[in-house]
Amino acid sequence: METLSQLANGFAIALTPAHLLWCLVGTTLGTAIGVLPGLGPALTIALLLPITFKVEPTAAFILFAGIYYGAMYGGSTTSILLNTPGESATIVTALEGNRMARSGRAGAALATSAIGSFVAGTIGTIGITFLAPVVVSFALKFGPAEYFSLMVMAFATVSAVLGSSAVRGLTSLFFGFYLGMIGVDLQTGQARFTLGIPELLDGVNVIVVAVGLFAVGETLYVAARRHAGKDEIVPLRGSLYMTREEWSRSWKPWLRGAALGFPIGALPAGGAEIPTFLSYWIEKRLSKKPEEFGTVGAIEGVAGPEAANNASAAGVLVPMLTLGLPTSATAAIMLSAFQSYGINPGPLLLQNQPALVWGLIASLYIANIMLLVLNLPMVGIWVRVLKIPAPLLYAGILVFATIGTYGISNSPVDLILLYLLGAVGFLMRRFDFPTAPVIIGMILGPLAEQNFRQAMTISDGDWTVFFRQPLSATLLALAVVGLVGPRLYALYAARRLRDAAQPGEA
Amino acid sequence: MRGRERAPALPETAIGLGALAFAGLVLWQAWEIPVSPLYAKIGPSVFPYATAGGLAVLALLLVAQAARGGWQAAEEREVALDRRALAFVVAGLLANVALIGWLGFTAASTVMFVLVARGFGSRTPLRDGAIGSAVALVAYFGFAKALGVNIGAGLVERLLGG
Repeated sequence: METLSQLANGFAIALTPAHLLWCLVGTTLGTAIGVLPGLGPALTIALLLPITFKVEPTAAFILFAGIYYGAMYGGSTTSILLNTPGESATIVTALEGNRMARSGRAGAALATSAIGSFVAGTIGTIGITFLAPVVVSFALKFGPAEYFSLMVMAFATVSAVLGSSAVRGLTSLFFGFYLGMIGVDLQTGQARFTLGIPELLDGVNVIVVAVGLFAVGETLYVAARRHAGKDEIVPLRGSLYMTREEWSRSWKPWLRGAALGFPIGALPAGGAEIPTFLSYWIEKRLSKKPEEFGTVGAIEGVAGPEAANNASAAGVLVPMLTLGLPTSATAAIMLSAFQSYGINPGPLLLQNQPALVWGLIASLYIANIMLLVLNLPMVGIWVRVLKIPAPLLYAGILVFATIGTYGISNSPVDLILLYLLGAVGFLMRRFDFPTAPVIIGMILGPLAEQNFRQAMTISDGDWTVFFRQPLSATLLALAVVGLVGPRLYALYAARRLRDAAQPGEA
Repeated sequence: MRGRERAPALPETAIGLGALAFAGLVLWQAWEIPVSPLYAKIGPSVFPYATAGGLAVLALLLVAQAARGGWQAAEEREVALDRRALAFVVAGLLANVALIGWLGFTAASTVMFVLVARGFGSRTPLRDGAIGSAVALVAYFGFAKALGVNIGAGLVERLLGG
């Protein structure tokens, strides 16, 4: 029961007035940016990274985690009322949630999503509490070779398995590697990819990349698509309370969603898309009223995916805190916040920084309670936030983007770089390249390189070290399966279809 | 890929060729990294070469996919680019870079705000200017100061005691 006493210590830290205030600021800000289309937690945390120079790490991470959890709650409000997912993880919520809103049941949809988020977020946080120490005891055995292989596996799953196309996901990832290598190589002192520009010797700041891709790129994308027409906000009608029937149709999907979301989020593959889609699919199969799916909107189709989404958000924190392995853009930016404090997330984090880790975990429980209050009785405020006109919203986003970027070194080079990356982000959005792998590649690429070189130094230049150690070999094999598996399966399925159909068809 | 009959997609071909050119740039830049014999084992250029190689292979795959009809979603292909809106937003960004050095953050941001809002269809430049300068001032005195970010003060900021 050492975990519980550690958690109690964590609550003692998280319940101090200052930390409670940081948590409140984080959850409020997180909900707001989750509600606003075009803003996400990765961008917001990136813009707030300079705070790491001013406040102590525990406060900063309580703030960041509040933003992260808050955005998951806020995103569902936008999905339900506007049909434009505020967050990629709430795409599925929009499917049924918006239909429910259109048929006058917006209140019930918002309620089941907020309460479901609370239930699943709390289950997920309990999961972190008990899983993190276990993963740590396992990860302590990892050497550089295992770490490198683990990262290769994460690269494969994050970019190839999660996106719609392995080729595009990997292209994004490799672009991120390139960005991550710009600057002075820490082991030899050689400048790389600086094109002779002295400002680039320090490397490209992750703030510039995140803000360029997520804020400037998104603004250009939305501006260019003005011909596409707009979604209407469904007015909030009906009571926010769920009927007995709605409760009884919601609680099982919440638990099933949490059971799907947390483990999948905690895998080094990460991501909220797979568990939310899986949950939607399962609830559609299990529902007693399948005719409501795709017509008037089924409450199970909101409750399940929303729970899965929040539980997986909690799950993503497990590999981040225990292995230093971020599997989402937000987690990657949090990792860079750790780096700016000179803290290395990884198995030693729990030993070296118990106050930080357990304070953070305890604050996640508190954040969930705050978010339930913020998102249910106070949902009216967020509906008003949703009504900010697009011209003012996007112009404002660019003002904050300027602060975040120009503030780094007061150099126009950073602004030019920001806009170039914005142009890249625009093309990536328009041509369906995922952007998260860029951030992950940029943060994780240099760490993978470092572990690779260490492993090669230890093995005295023997390349086979990665295949000879069973753990490392297994991880690499999993990476190959992740890359090639879906393709082989598709070929197999296509062949079976062709055999089943008449010859010459397909 | 479905639809083998589809004609090659031009925009996607351009993207693929652009990625290929970028891989070339990475390769050239990796070539330029001086490698000391001390670190001959795994020097600083091993990962750059691997990245260039990976990008080249992926770019060729993109070109191949483009030749088989491309991958862009039909909905995305059919939406005509709003060039006017884009032009206004880009003009706002360029004005910001050009002005921030000598006019300061607030003034440059206000100009950008008006141009971007115009790009998004706003027809009230004066009102946008007022809102923009308010947002910029709040951002400057609230956000930047609270974060301890030092952003170049211009005339407006100095007048207000920033």
